[in-house]
Amino acid sequence: MVALRAITNRVCALAYALQQLINGVTLGMIYGLIAVGYTMVYGIIGMINFAHGDIFMVGAFLSLIALLGLAMIGLTWVPVALALALIFAAAIAALYGWTVERVAYRPLRGSFRLAPLISAIGMSITLQNYVQVSQGARVKPLAAVLPGGVQLMEQDGFTVQLSWMQIAIVIVTIVILGIFTWLVTRTPLGRTMRACEQDLKMASLLGIDTDRTISLTFVIGAALAAVAGFMFLLYYGVIDFYIGFIAGVKAFTAAVLGGIGSLPGAVLGGLLIGLIEVFWSAYFSVEYKDVAAFSILVVALIFLPTGILGRAEVEKV
Amino acid sequence: MSALRDAFLSALIALGLFVPLVGLITTTTDRGLTLTVRPIATAVLVGLVFFGRLAFLTWRRRHTGREIVQSNRAFAEALSRAGRFVAPVLLLFAIAMPFFGSRYYVDLGILVLTYVMLGWGLNIVVGLAGLLDLGYVAFYAVGAYSYALFAQHFGLGFWTCLPLAGILAALWGIMLGFPVLRLRGDYLAIVTLAFGEIIRVVLINWTSLTNGPNGISGIPRPTLFGLQFSMDGGEGTVAHFFNIEPATIQRVIFLYYVILGLALLTNWVTLRLRRLPLGRAWEALREDEVACRSLGINVTSTKLTAFAIGALFGGFAGAFFATRQAFISPESFTFIESATVLAIVVLGGLGSQLGVALAALVMIGGLELLRGFLSYLADQMHSPLFADLAGELPLYRMLIFGLALVVMMVLRPRGLVSGRTPSVALGERREIAAELVAQGRG
Repeated sequence: MVALRAITNRVCALAYALQQLINGVTLGMIYGLIAVGYTMVYGIIGMINFAHGDIFMVGAFLSLIALLGLAMIGLTWVPVALALALIFAAAIAALYGWTVERVAYRPLRGSFRLAPLISAIGMSITLQNYVQVSQGARVKPLAAVLPGGVQLMEQDGFTVQLSWMQIAIVIVTIVILGIFTWLVTRTPLGRTMRACEQDLKMASLLGIDTDRTISLTFVIGAALAAVAGFMFLLYYGVIDFYIGFIAGVKAFTAAVLGGIGSLPGAVLGGLLIGLIEVFWSAYFSVEYKDVAAFSILVVALIFLPTGILGRAEVEKV
Repeated sequence: MSALRDAFLSALIALGLFVPLVGLITTTTDRGLTLTVRPIATAVLVGLVFFGRLAFLTWRRRHTGREIVQSNRAFAEALSRAGRFVAPVLLLFAIAMPFFGSRYYVDLGILVLTYVMLGWGLNIVVGLAGLLDLGYVAFYAVGAYSYALFAQHFGLGFWTCLPLAGILAALWGIMLGFPVLRLRGDYLAIVTLAFGEIIRVVLINWTSLTNGPNGISGIPRPTLFGLQFSMDGGEGTVAHFFNIEPATIQRVIFLYYVILGLALLTNWVTLRLRRLPLGRAWEALREDEVACRSLGINVTSTKLTAFAIGALFGGFAGAFFATRQAFISPESFTFIESATVLAIVVLGGLGSQLGVALAALVMIGGLELLRGFLSYLADQMHSPLFADLAGELPLYRMLIFGLALVVMMVLRPRGLVSGRTPSVALGERREIAAELVAQGRG
């Protein structure tokens, strides 16, 4: 009898863990998408784009506005509405990314090393308060767009649920990352980006328009962050102007953990951070989940400064 | 013509940026969220971008790059020449201020001085040692909470707790310093940021100790050599001892002088430390870590002392903050505070004591004065427009602040006072322009 209960307990625990795994992967996909933007920018110009998390937040707001606008003009066919909102958010967020680079970072290229970082902090504060002033400080709720899901298994009253939303998030992320990988590895633009990443000065000597490449890097990074914001909005159903800060720091943690400068590393780091956060909340305490994620950052930087997939940086004097 | 085209393109981009986020607002109704349209604000913003860009381009065509650099340098030189007179005048003004200022201005002065002190404390870490710390508010919080908790549980007074709060904050500085010693600039920034957030999250959630988000209230006020500032005027109060009428303004003025003294202490210690081998090692570390190592400077202890001493003054400022407010909660210790202090240090010119004080005055006092000026205009002219502007200004405070940070970096990346007088020099001591420091001629 005791043995039987132990077995059912174990199965139930397994089901619980499986559910956490699903949630963690979903969250990790969102972090991964943001982390790609950090890692690309860091790879090329070696700065932390502090405003990237806020571009993610802007993307979430743009998605919300697009969805509401589409609903108001009577477009209620869900797949088309979602696709249009996603494209709209990505396009406008890309414009925001471009503007941020043009206004706050480009004039500072070649300046002393703290200048772009401080300018980026200023941009982050600006974007946050801009959205707060224009859209209000209250939380914005959105009713579930894709309710329901599939039940994977049921054990002692505990059901493992895989919602349509989670499936959609994972599929969209994989498709977007596929397109992105193709862009970086197979197109002329990707080639110039990789060249700039290896050696910015040499690339410009060989006739690559580095300013344009850097701009496009910001545009692509911002579009990916907007996709993440779109999915964050649909997954959680509430957003406010402050979501960008915490998500940004966690995504940066993901980028560092995966090895900054490495694109697969960013996604891998995102998945790890998502899983750690979800499992920590499920088994230890929800209140300290941010502490767990930030501690991972510190530990990773101390024991694994190059990250999982990163290359060791040799400093020449 | 090309300027017109450029401005038109900028306006077009602004249209794309502002139409979705400013033009369409999500408002909560009883049927859920709806969108409302706000065309005028959008048009005004787009127009501002158009004409702003046009004005900027015409200005740029009139002035060549060389002229701008020259005028910048002339400005920096004038500022550093004026610095010799500005600093004593500023100090005299700070000392005399409570005698002619009203309660409002003394309160504002306390706020500005708190930030001056925080700025000077962070200046040791960022300006002198060149370690970018985005979590300075953590030490501020440690100082504030240590005083509050010591006072609450052990009944200790402000003057006993002040050194304790400083020492505890310094210990935390060393604890943070150890793991991050090996990290370079940007990584260090993010780790210190994470550290600041960890402290805040712990303060919110450790309710049995810190009372969580509700904070700690009833923190005792400081005493003047054991005399209390109390309204009853009884035995053992300042009013009774000096035989004067008890009034709140006495306590406020006393607090003003406490923070002025603490800030000046910070300044004095910093100036003295810069003469010591330790201070020179900090500045050497800022300029080149590898060179430091090869010259046999112990980088570990140099960094740790910078963290510890910076944190010490943060802790002092925190204890003062707790005693002034008599109430603290985790809300006072957000990342924005760290960013504000960092902005003060950077605008002040990374390493310049006078620059930090001026930047704190401009950034903390400036907006407050602007608000006061607008409401004064509104009163004088009976114009509701100025009253509205004055009322809405606090909303835009952080927005202006963020934009100012960006604009400041773009225009003067080395801060307001960007020249550096070397602490040690062979022969004549000359001011070195920041541009030359960047080129390695400092």
